[in-house]
Amino acid sequence: MTNSRTHLTGLFLAISSTLFASNAEAKAHETLIHEEEKEAAFNPAEVIMHHIADSHGWHLFDWNEQPVSIPLPVILYTEEGLVVFSSSEFHHDAEGHHVVEAGGQRFVNIHEKIYYASEEANEHGAYASMDHETHAVSNATPWDISITKNVAALLFSALVILLLFLPAARGYKKNPGVAPSGVAGFVEPLVVFVRDDIAKNNIGPHYKRFVPMLLTMFFFIWINNMLGLVPFFPGGANVTGNIAVTMVLAFITFVVTNVNGNKHYWGHIFWMPGLPVAVKPLLAIVEFIGIFTKPFSLMIRLFANITAGHIIVLSLVSLVFIFETVWVSPASVLLTLFISVLELLVAALQAYIFTLLTALYIGAAMHEEHH
Amino acid sequence: MGIVTPGFGLIFWTTLTFFILLYLLAKFAWKPILKAVQDREEAINSALKSAEDAKAEMASLQSNNEQLLKQAREEREAMLKEARAMRDKTIADAKGAASEEAAKVLEAARTQIHNEKMAAMTEVKNQVAQLAIDMSERILRAELKDAEAQKAMVDRALQDVKMN
Repeated sequence: MTNSRTHLTGLFLAISSTLFASNAEAKAHETLIHEEEKEAAFNPAEVIMHHIADSHGWHLFDWNEQPVSIPLPVILYTEEGLVVFSSSEFHHDAEGHHVVEAGGQRFVNIHEKIYYASEEANEHGAYASMDHETHAVSNATPWDISITKNVAALLFSALVILLLFLPAARGYKKNPGVAPSGVAGFVEPLVVFVRDDIAKNNIGPHYKRFVPMLLTMFFFIWINNMLGLVPFFPGGANVTGNIAVTMVLAFITFVVTNVNGNKHYWGHIFWMPGLPVAVKPLLAIVEFIGIFTKPFSLMIRLFANITAGHIIVLSLVSLVFIFETVWVSPASVLLTLFISVLELLVAALQAYIFTLLTALYIGAAMHEEHH
Repeated sequence: MGIVTPGFGLIFWTTLTFFILLYLLAKFAWKPILKAVQDREEAINSALKSAEDAKAEMASLQSNNEQLLKQAREEREAMLKEARAMRDKTIADAKGAASEEAAKVLEAARTQIHNEKMAAMTEVKNQVAQLAIDMSERILRAELKDAEAQKAMVDRALQDVKMN
């Protein structure tokens, strides 16, 4: 079975990176599985959850049962200052078995989270103290600002965005007053779309100063969504499906909305006009919560949509391994193709919705009352 | 659950990346692109507006032209009318003058004819009178050729006188 799996991984080399770390994961769990005396079975849920989550080191594919991955810098802000070492020093270990000594301190990687290592290994061989039931790690953690897979993908997408728009902008400077050509011809309709249909229509007369932010937001989300759909390096990372990323974006929306809220906006929140006084405090509570639920919904929507897309694609690809036959692959490939095309739409749609709602919230906060 | 717990590192890097991206794009991409787009829009709008203006001007010119043409036509019409009237008047005047002249000439001719006639008449009268005198002389000579005839004559004359 393991042979045929390696074989298939070779066959699906292009897709295999989305299935990354399946072997590493399986290996890492070998001890556990041995203890439970079960035959090592392919666990799609685990593979998928592993893919969706972030990791130190960028797994590309497996070769001769060995995971091949790009080592990424681990950057930790510890009690004794900044510590930097390569993620390869963990030797693909994410179970806390391998202790890395750096900067006079000892660290372990448990499920891609870095802890200060314990002196002694526990009964599972991990240098950490874990709860017997929940396996929750109680070790202290340093501030982890490593270049993880998602951070690397994020930086790559930022590079793509810059390489897309800076040359386009240069074209305008070089040949002013002519119709856009090349990249600019592709970029301009989108820029105009964001400016007119998202910013101008929803924010109102003072839309101009929000356009750069909305443009950046739109293309940041869109390009990251799209790169997440690319099944091989340097795509395939689940950046916009990571709650930390969507949280930052939603937080920006939250800050911009409330900083620009005018008298009417706050008036409508804390003392809704045209209502009996008895109802007003009650509504104030509801409206106050609403300030937070709006960006919160943005955060969850983007995270859930993109993560769901990745899960569906990976599940369909995993069908081959679940049924343990190559004959399911036509169905698997066709379904993956169908969902991937759908995800292309979702990638653009989610970028649009996030930006549109941000513009809408800002517009509502700046809305002047008309009597 | 790991996937719904935001990681500190990714928050840090996302924030940093987003704001660097925002800064770079705002300064080097959005600003020139938006400016170019806006400039082009304004250029197109002003071009459209000037085209519209030109059209309106053209229309006003055309209506002006038409007015001028109409005016010119009217003027020409008036001039023609005037000329026609002048001609008619001239003809009428000429006609009047001519007939007057003719009348005058006629009158003069008539007067002349009358005078000529009168002169001729006088001439004829004189001729006749001369003729009569001549005849009478001849007759008298013939009659008074001898003394006897003269004496008879005187007698007759005397007789006439005595009767008176």
